[in-house]
Amino acid sequence: MTRAQPEYAVLTRGLTKRFDNFTAVDDVDLAVRPREIFGFLGANGAGKTTTIRVLCGLLVPSAGEAWVDGLPISSSADQVKRRIGYMSQRFSLYMDLTIGENLEFYGGVYGLSAPEITERGTAVAEQLGLSAFRDRLPSDLPPGYRQRLALGCSVLHQPRILFLDEPTGGVDPVARRTFWDLIYDLSEGGATVFVTTHYMDEAEYCGRVSIMDRGRIVALGSPQELKRSHGAVSMQDVFLKVVQP
Amino acid sequence: MRRMLAIATKEFYHIIRDVRSLALAVAMPLMMVFLYGYALDMEMKNLPVGVLDDDHSPASRDLVRRMTAGHFIVDAGRLESRAEVDRGFRRDKFRAVLVIPQGYQRALSSNDLAFVQILVDGADGTTAAAVNNYLNAVIAMMNRDLVRASGGRMTPPLELRARTWYNPELASAHFIVPGLAAVILIMICVLLTSIAITREKETGTMEQMLTTPVHAWEVIIGKVVPYMGVGALDAALVLLAGRVVFGVPMAGSWWVLAAYSLLYVAIALALGLLISAVTRTQRTAMTAALMGTVMPTIMLSGFIFPISSMPWPLQALSHLIPARYYIEILRGIMLRGELWFPKQLAIMCVMAFGLLTLAVRRFQSRLDLL
Repeated sequence: MTRAQPEYAVLTRGLTKRFDNFTAVDDVDLAVRPREIFGFLGANGAGKTTTIRVLCGLLVPSAGEAWVDGLPISSSADQVKRRIGYMSQRFSLYMDLTIGENLEFYGGVYGLSAPEITERGTAVAEQLGLSAFRDRLPSDLPPGYRQRLALGCSVLHQPRILFLDEPTGGVDPVARRTFWDLIYDLSEGGATVFVTTHYMDEAEYCGRVSIMDRGRIVALGSPQELKRSHGAVSMQDVFLKVVQP
Repeated sequence: MRRMLAIATKEFYHIIRDVRSLALAVAMPLMMVFLYGYALDMEMKNLPVGVLDDDHSPASRDLVRRMTAGHFIVDAGRLESRAEVDRGFRRDKFRAVLVIPQGYQRALSSNDLAFVQILVDGADGTTAAAVNNYLNAVIAMMNRDLVRASGGRMTPPLELRARTWYNPELASAHFIVPGLAAVILIMICVLLTSIAITREKETGTMEQMLTTPVHAWEVIIGKVVPYMGVGALDAALVLLAGRVVFGVPMAGSWWVLAAYSLLYVAIALALGLLISAVTRTQRTAMTAALMGTVMPTIMLSGFIFPISSMPWPLQALSHLIPARYYIEILRGIMLRGELWFPKQLAIMCVMAFGLLTLAVRRFQSRLDLL
């Protein structure tokens, strides 16, 4: 299916998600352009993960609507799922399957053919530096490599939009830096990257960031703009100024 | 199809890599066959019966000899008085006492009515009834011999001649093993798949899988297929153990039996997946699997308690128990040599298809419904 590139890779209007009496995402408007690296910042419990889960079709919004790659998530969940990649906070790998088998499995459930799986599996393993470990179990790998494998599993099918939920949690600074290089590579390859983090140094790597606090967006712009408008020297400063203690 | 194959392949790896669970899935049914096969052996042998012989005559000794001729009853010794009966019962010295009153031989030889009495320990009702029946049969046989010996001067008005077909020795193993196979198979197979989905909910891989375009039916079918192999292996082991160890006959065809057994295994696996689809944790799933299979199957399948003697609500309920139909088929094939069970086949197909459909429908493809 050929389609004109939509104006926004991710667009939300009044997106709201309530659980019983608790509003996790409160009337959120977002517009992410194609090929952008969009940072989604916030303290723990601010609503970042819930927002991503709604955008990936894992949760149904209580109000509002969202479009992913130009498709409304309420009516085109199946189409949306073919175009996105998702990496959750807990690296969702099968610990009793080798690196190669994990990649093959995710290639399979994304509907790739056997030759595609071989080709993409080799390419991704090469790109992520996992080629030497294909026959090893994830438990044999250091956390940084497990995280790369989780990323690899979510990009095998070449998604147009990649949702990364705290991909660098629990990983050392060197591995984090390497991981961000991979994110840049994917972005240059044409993917839109929607990434949540609570590391403020990582916010500097993003094209634009939004800061979320208690379900609401409290700041939105490029790191430079945000620092200028809040008279701050770092994203850490910006964050502390906009988020209520 | 590709997505289903990917899931089936992955499940296959889970099964063969988890050596401990696999060993358990194979060893547990075998162990249960042996354990329950011997424990539930309802055939009675060597029941001790005491004798209180007040006649002390050749005729009374002949009666005792006839009674202890088979393996059913062993002579537990002589009692001197009625006072010893109660004491003997309480100390488990014997299960019954044959009382031969004084004048027994005289009554027999003078063609009077002769009386003997059996006192049975009703605390164990099953044994009591069995001893009672056996001794009645012994007396009936003696009567027949006496009539014959009298040269036709006496004729009994009515004589019942019972003959048991298909299981002439009324060996209880022949009857028990098919039911046991049904109980063990459903328990193991439901347990196998009951954690197949909940495990992934707990580890978080389900969340990842739900963001892929995979459909509920692809997950369910992909998970059933590899477990069919384990279920088939268990079925073969349990039925072969019944044949080899307990000597259950095979009047029909092993191939036909295998086909019906696969269908039964499929029902059990589908039930396990349905449980897995609606529960959140592995612990709940396993509890539900055990509660939902073992007791209902033992009580309502006709395994031990005949369905025809249940009150009607329980009879109605028994129609929902898959083992009911499988046991009918097993007994039919193994003991009677039947091959074709259209009614049972139709019902079991509906059950398998219905449970799979239900599992697919109840499989939640969104997190807030999990």
